[in-house]
Parts: sequence; structure tokens; C-alpha cells
Amino acid sequence: MTRVLDVENLRVSFPAARDRVYPVDGVSFSLDRGETLALVGESGCGKSLTSLALLRLVPPPGRVEEGSTIRLGDTDVLALRGEALRRIRGRRIGMVFQDPMTSLNPVFTVGDQIAEGVRAHFPVSRGEARRRALELLREVGIPDPTARLDAYPHQLSGGMRQRVMIAIALSAEPEILVADEPTTALDVTVQAQILEVLDRLRDRRGMAVLLITHDLGIVAGRADRVAVMYAGQIVEEAPTAALFARPSHPYTQGLFASVPRITGPVERLSPIGGSVPPPGAWPSGCRFRPRCPQAFDKSETMPPLLPVGPGHRMRCWLAERGDGGAG
Amino acid sequence: MTLIQVRDLVKHYESGGLFRGSAPPVRAVQGVSFEVARGETLALVGESGCGKSSVGRTILRLQEPTSGSAVFEGVELFALDRAALRKMRRRMQIIFQDPYSSLNPRMTVGAAIAEGIEIHRLASGKDVGRRVGALLEEVGLDPAYAGRYPHEFSGGQRQRIGIARALAVEPSFVVCDEPVSALDVSVQAQVLNLLADLQRERGLSYLFIAHDLAVVRQIARRVAVMYLGRIVEEGPTEELLREPRHPYTVALLSAVPVPDPERQRSRIVLGGDLPSPSSPPPGCPFHPRCFHPLRSERCRAELPPLRPVARTSAACHYAESTPAPAG
Repeated sequence: MTRVLDVENLRVSFPAARDRVYPVDGVSFSLDRGETLALVGESGCGKSLTSLALLRLVPPPGRVEEGSTIRLGDTDVLALRGEALRRIRGRRIGMVFQDPMTSLNPVFTVGDQIAEGVRAHFPVSRGEARRRALELLREVGIPDPTARLDAYPHQLSGGMRQRVMIAIALSAEPEILVADEPTTALDVTVQAQILEVLDRLRDRRGMAVLLITHDLGIVAGRADRVAVMYAGQIVEEAPTAALFARPSHPYTQGLFASVPRITGPVERLSPIGGSVPPPGAWPSGCRFRPRCPQAFDKSETMPPLLPVGPGHRMRCWLAERGDGGAG
Repeated sequence: MTLIQVRDLVKHYESGGLFRGSAPPVRAVQGVSFEVARGETLALVGESGCGKSSVGRTILRLQEPTSGSAVFEGVELFALDRAALRKMRRRMQIIFQDPYSSLNPRMTVGAAIAEGIEIHRLASGKDVGRRVGALLEEVGLDPAYAGRYPHEFSGGQRQRIGIARALAVEPSFVVCDEPVSALDVSVQAQVLNLLADLQRERGLSYLFIAHDLAVVRQIARRVAVMYLGRIVEEGPTEELLREPRHPYTVALLSAVPVPDPERQRSRIVLGGDLPSPSSPPPGCPFHPRCFHPLRSERCRAELPPLRPVARTSAACHYAESTPAPAG
């Protein structure tokens, strides 16, 4: 396995009324070539901000804190400035966002925008860039790609636009593709099409994929590993099969119990009580403590990530009792 | 006992703008019929642009229908004048996907809930406040929140406020238009449970408009699947999910992401996009994307009627031999 990305103790802060708040607070993970890691969590857990930090795109006045490490192969991403930083964005880490319409330029054709991406990263002629753009449209499964080269974004459906965004991200042949809720705005049948494209591209190109999602359904059968985030921290990480077989952190268990199923008996859902507190209102100790049905005296101290099984860890003191997954 | 009966509902939108009249109308709803019994939930499920929201809005006459009939508690809704309609509105309410956009930001939550009570003179003086407090409590909010403004609440809390406001006038029928689609999974589960509790306690009927079959299964015993302005399949939820008879239902079902790596079904990935509702294809609306092994010239020419097949009703010429969803 070739390690392509290492993130250690990533902290992102924003100024608040009195102090700074840390919506991403000590996140560590790594990605190997050809691997898909899913970062799963609900709104405000810090998953999107984590992905923006990888490209140094945290919007000001937010900032990545001292002591954070992002290593892309041999490159220390947090030490890069100017041109060197621009070469990382797109070229080594590509990105696909939830809403393709806001990231596409409405006044340029799809072909121009992909070709622009190609020429920004490779010294090729206009003709060659256009030829590659056509190839990319074909690769992401756009029907009649020759005609679509000259289409404007508004002439395409949401699913087609998302394919174009993927084509633009691929134009630079990145090692890592960050897909932030890439199908959340799409209908389920279109979602299935787009996920299939992403799976195929990962397999064919050997890209590493960081899939950011709130949907456990699209993680199953796709990601190799899963990291569940809550209140700025990874609270559980595991190989996908292990996490689904034995969700161990009480928050992860709560998420699973909240999801309506398409098979099996229909039972009343058991949601997690309350809602996610905003950064700045996080409790001391375990951040899930006030909502946790299994909280106990030790939860008043912040737990580290503790082992549950092979490659499986959780940020919960219950791991010490060996009864993770009991719930 | 039937509470509302809708027959041959048609809703066309004239395409507006400079060239009004020159473009064909958008045929959002093309002859939809269904009934909802007292205390029952009928789910209307489909993807963007299938016409499901237009159905919900036209039967409440938030938009005027093009043609058809809707009989509610024995009264033809489409024949009511303004005054009679206003009276009838007390019995029929709607909950939207985004309650924030339907709540006046300058009005306290208490005032928003009280509005309906006052318009319909259901209480006066101190009784109004008491009712508002009781409603907030019923939807799981602190009655003291009545003095706060919508922006002070989370998405899930706002949806509870939207529900309280709808219930304030004691309706018997509530159109729930994607009420949980914008919510995080843990909050979604809370709201689904709340809707189920309120239905049981108040004997409410719901028309539950959704795109997510797993959510539908949680809340509705009966479901109608829409595609391009028509109901293509209708029946008891469990039977329809176990043995779908319309190929579109099969595709929709196979696209649902299942949070279980062991049970990844072979997906049917539909080709192409939803055709434009202003120029729907002739014959069966689904024929350009259909994968039924028996599809034929007949599908291109002849619109299949919705007819009983096994345990559901399906609008497919070859519904008897629709291949079962794999897995």
C-alpha cells in the first residue's frame, strides 16, 4: 500500500465572541492509494471543513492551527505558499462538491471549462486539451459527448452537471479525489449513476477517494474504511464491514438506530435525543455525554481513541470495559 | 372511510416569460387519482419534477388545478369560492420541507402559531396563549419558546414549529411535503416519530410527499409512485416494495442505498435523464429509459393504464412479467 495522505491532529479555529472555537479539533487520518475513506457525520460535525483544510481552503477568518500536520506524500501542505500551493489544488487533490451549478461558470461551455482545467495543469495545445476534454466526458459517462462539449451548464441536468464537475476534477489527474456530499442534491436514481462513475474511476485510475457524506447507505459497499465524526472529532473509525457489523460508539449506534430501513421489520425509530451543540457549547469530557444513554462518571474526562477490534477504535471509555457494541 | 378523494387531477403550468404562449405548457400533473382514508397515510413518492408537490399544492388550492376533482369530507374543493375555501383550510394543512422559508422571521413563534387560531376564532384572550403553549409541548418544545424568533431554532426545532402551526387549527388532513428531507438523520427520526404519534393521537390523515422509499416505508402503509406527472404504481407499501410491478419502481427501489455491506443489491442504473415535462414522450412515459425485457412498439404508442396486477396496481403493459429486483 502506498500512503498518499497523512493528516495528524488537524485543528481548524474560528474567532467567536470571546475566545476562538474549534469546529475541527484534533482530527487524524490517512489515505492509501486506491482506497476510499468515508468521513461520516451530521451537519456541523466538521467533516466539510476538514476536507477544505486539505486544500488550504478554510474560509477566513478561520485558520488551521499550529501543530496540525497535512502531508501529501513528501509534501508538507501547510508549509506551502503561492504557486506551490496552487499546484496542489486540483493537480494532486481534486474536489467535487455538492452543488455543481454554483461551481460551474455559467457563461462558458462545458468543453471550455474542462479544457481550461487540462491546460492549467499540463502544457498542451488547445486542440489537445479539447480532445482530452472529450475523452473525459466519455469517461464520466455523458451520452453524446461530442455535442455536449459545446453545451452550457444550464442546458444540462443536475446529474450531468455533476458528471462535468467530476470530469473537471479528473482533468488534472489527481492522486486524491475529495467528494463532499457529491450526490446529496441529486435524485436517488441519478445518485446511483454518479456513485457508479466514482467507483469505476477509482478502480481504473487507482485514485484515493475521501468521501464526505451524512448517508451511511452510500458508505456501505463502497468505502474501505469509515471515520465517524461528532463535534469536531473522529469518534469511531473502522474497516467498513467491522463498523456496520459492530457499531460501537454510542453516537454511531444512535445514527444506525435513526435510519429508516427498506428491509426487515418496521419498528419505531430510536433517535438520539436532543441535537448537536454548536462549537463553543461543547461540554467538557466526552462531547456526546449530554446526549448519551450510556454516559457514566468517567465520561466527564475526554476519552482518547481506544481499540475495539482490528483497525477499529472509538472515542469512548466503554472500550475499556470491552463492551463496545453491546448496545 | 374516505376523507379525500382526488379524481383525474391535471395541473399544467404555462411557461411564462417573454415568449409566453409560444412554448408548450409544463404538464406537471397529468390525470392523477387517489383516495386517503381517515387516519391513514398515503405516501406520494417520486423524483424531482414528477409532479408530487404539485399534487399536494393543487388539492389544497395553493395553486389552482387545471382540471379534475377533489372531494374532501363530501365537499368539492375545486368548486369553492374564496370564503368557503378559507373555512375549509382549517381542516386541511400543509407542512413544508423548509419551515424556515414559511415562517415570518419578524414574527415570534408564538404569534405564528396563534395566527391560525385567531383567524378561525378557535379561541380568544388568554386561551390563545394556553393553546399555543400546549401545542409547543405536544410537538416536544418548551412552551417558553413562544416568545422567540424562528432564527433562534435549529432545523429540527423549526420543523416542529411548522407542525405545531399546522395543528393549531385542528385539521383532519395534512399534506406533508418532504418534511424530513432537509434534516439530519437523527433529527429526521425524531420528526418521523412525532408525526406518527400525532397521527395516532389526533386521528390525522397524511398525504406524505417524499423521494425516499425507506422513509416512506417507516410512515405509510400505502404508497403511490409518480413518474412524469402520473401514478405508475400504487399499493400497500410492503407488497409494493417486495414485489414491484412497474419497472420504474424496480429501478427506484434498487437505487436506495442500503446501510448494510452484506446486502448490497445489484443496482439497476437507469440510463439517461427524466424527459422534460413540457414534452413528455408518447405512449408510456417511462419507455425511453425502460429496461423491461418485453418492452415493445406498443410501449411507444399506447399509454398503459393503471390496473390491478397481483398485489398492487401498475401502469405497465407487461407488469405481469416485470423482473424481480435482484438480491
